[in-house]
Amino acid sequence: MIELNNVSKSFTLHNQGSAVIPVMERVNLAVSAGECIGLVGASGAGKSTLMRLIYGNYLAAAGEVKVGGLDVAQAEPRQIIALRRETLGYVSQFLRVVPRVPALDVVAEPLLAVGSPVDAARDKAASLLAELNIPERLWSLSPTTFSGGEQQRVNIARGFAYDYPALLLDEPTASLDAKNRATVLRLIEGAKARGAAIIGIFHDEAARDQVCDSSIDVSAFSPQAAA
Amino acid sequence: MSDYNFAYLDEQTKRMIRRAILKGLAVPGYQVPFASREMPMPYGWGTGGVQVSAATLTPEDTLKVIDQGADDTTNAVSIRKFFERTAGVATTEETTKASVIQTRHRIPEAELTEDQILVYQVPIPEPLRFLEPRETETRKMHSLEEYGLMHVKLYEDISQHGDIATSYAYPVKVEDRYVMDPSPIPKFDNPKLEMAAIQLFGAGREQRIYAVPPYTRVVSLDFEDYPFVASKADHACDLCGSEQSYLDEVILDDAGNRMFVCSDTDFCRSRRAQGHVGRLGENEGEAA
Amino acid sequence: MTPLLQVKSLTKMYGPRIGCKDVNFDLYPGEVMGIVGESGSGKSTLLNAMAGHHPPDRGEVVFDTRADGPRDTLQMSEPERRMLGRTDWAFVHQHARDGLRMSVSAGGNIGERLMAVGGRHYGDIRAQAADWLGRVEISDARIDDRPSAFSGGMQQRLQIARNLVTGPRLVFMDEPTGGLDVSVQARLLDLLRSLVREMGLSAIIVTHDLAVVRLLADRLMVMKDGHVVESGLTDQVLDDPQHAYTQLLVSSVLQV
Repeated sequence: MIELNNVSKSFTLHNQGSAVIPVMERVNLAVSAGECIGLVGASGAGKSTLMRLIYGNYLAAAGEVKVGGLDVAQAEPRQIIALRRETLGYVSQFLRVVPRVPALDVVAEPLLAVGSPVDAARDKAASLLAELNIPERLWSLSPTTFSGGEQQRVNIARGFAYDYPALLLDEPTASLDAKNRATVLRLIEGAKARGAAIIGIFHDEAARDQVCDSSIDVSAFSPQAAA
Repeated sequence: MSDYNFAYLDEQTKRMIRRAILKGLAVPGYQVPFASREMPMPYGWGTGGVQVSAATLTPEDTLKVIDQGADDTTNAVSIRKFFERTAGVATTEETTKASVIQTRHRIPEAELTEDQILVYQVPIPEPLRFLEPRETETRKMHSLEEYGLMHVKLYEDISQHGDIATSYAYPVKVEDRYVMDPSPIPKFDNPKLEMAAIQLFGAGREQRIYAVPPYTRVVSLDFEDYPFVASKADHACDLCGSEQSYLDEVILDDAGNRMFVCSDTDFCRSRRAQGHVGRLGENEGEAA
Repeated sequence: MTPLLQVKSLTKMYGPRIGCKDVNFDLYPGEVMGIVGESGSGKSTLLNAMAGHHPPDRGEVVFDTRADGPRDTLQMSEPERRMLGRTDWAFVHQHARDGLRMSVSAGGNIGERLMAVGGRHYGDIRAQAADWLGRVEISDARIDDRPSAFSGGMQQRLQIARNLVTGPRLVFMDEPTGGLDVSVQARLLDLLRSLVREMGLSAIIVTHDLAVVRLLADRLMVMKDGHVVESGLTDQVLDDPQHAYTQLLVSSVLQV
């Protein structure tokens, strides 16, 4: 489902003396349907970068980044947009809030984007928000005023509203209490069971051990020291 | 013996105006620019109509001049005398006897024939002018037949007044192509625009001539659910009793008494001569 | 799938000065393209050249028309182009005054396009106008008011309604939120976002505000001195800018 072949990434900071910052190279990775892989490594080693490369948010310098057969590194913007709509979900660390959109609609949006009827989409959104313990009185409010933890749970609910065949989860259990953490892990296991290919970043070892089938240390992809 | 050329204008000017008239007749409703001359009356006093009449008149013509239907207003009298002096043509007040009729803001009640020419005085020839002030834009709209804006004006009327409030200078579509301003005739006269006579329109200040040949289709603009109605005051003429003619309202005293009389003076006179009497009229048609 | 719009080698010069040079891109149905750049970058020149307001010196603007398939709009006759501008295309100006008739009522402004394509039933036209006022969140009690009595944000929303009433497939927008108060901008962007989604519109939005493109645009083109220096997926161009100028632009945006 997700396949990386010989991917490398560096940043060139043109306005800071054209400094070149290599981040990773020779990345080879494969995740099949129903499999969950955890990314580990020290802070700054490139875990989020790798995730963003897969999502198309960062441009790969070289190599193939294939999701469901589409090479994201070479694809047209509209192909990536279609991929993000129908195939690849991404739960980032922070919820990007659009003012004035109620939490219920934020969560329902991925379903509406694939053509789900409004009522069905909202019902699914409601059940997810309830599962994640967001009080019903908050559903019609914009998440702008929610606490960090509440925003994160809205973010997660949104990521699980539509059954993506592939999912990228960046610290999904951070800032959650035990009860909600358990709910999220349950959602992840549900996704695995229906055949999703999942890549996750978990600082919490216990969580990682519970849902991930294997781990990859991204320091293995660090650039060699300059010769 | 007059020192003027026949009908005041020199022959070359008349040719220029006649070319414009022919163009106008060839493209009904299309405003033809022409080199309007200085006339011995100011702009706003009928210079366009006078130039068209001057170019149209021949020594054998009989001319009638009316101003809002009346032969005896100052302006009608002045213009009639102008042509008597400069062209030496016969003049008349009887519609049926005239071969050329110059009119300000009315169409005669009597039905006109194929042997007659009606010349209208036009203040603002451009029907879209008050909505679109740019001449460059209105010319494009006419040439591309983009008349949505005209309906916007009618829409605005209905939304503000409950009905199309335009009561004179009511826009029409000529031969299904050009939208035309028929000059400030009351909308009651619009149906008469389909007639047997030639209709010529002259705007002196704005320098435009347009024309409607005989038996041309002239349709007043409207909406499907607000159709055009040629309305007039719900009265009969108090002098001749006609219920079909367009009426002027005359205030009689400061107690609010008023009477309604035919705006077309010749029409009223001829009806009374036939013995018709209105509410306030005296019987003029007693057996001679 | 056929692109809705194909822009090829579009170039507009002002004497020796470059307005925009050799711009190429394809836009597909339902895509929103943002064009960003600072003053003088050529973005407005590009937009106006594409929309047919100012003829370019070189290039093609091929639109997939309903009746005849892909056609170069620059080669169209003026009546055809103007008809396109009233039906399948829309242009939202930066200043509502340029895109509205200020002396005509709100209902008349919205109804004009309907009447221009043959609408002749007053009741229907008025009903559609009222419906659209609702969709752009203007009270339909104001249907007979003139735009001169509206606030800036309302005028802009009216302009949008006037443009969208005939269901165009492509909307050009020139700084649609320029000059509006921040809260008014937010509301307008929100409205645009939902209308674009609901109606499946394609749009080309010129702006200098990166927050606007992040919210509205799927794709982004960055212009400098008349040239396109970078283009791609919006979030990728903003989060991982490759070109020096893009990096400068992105890093210059103040964080609130």
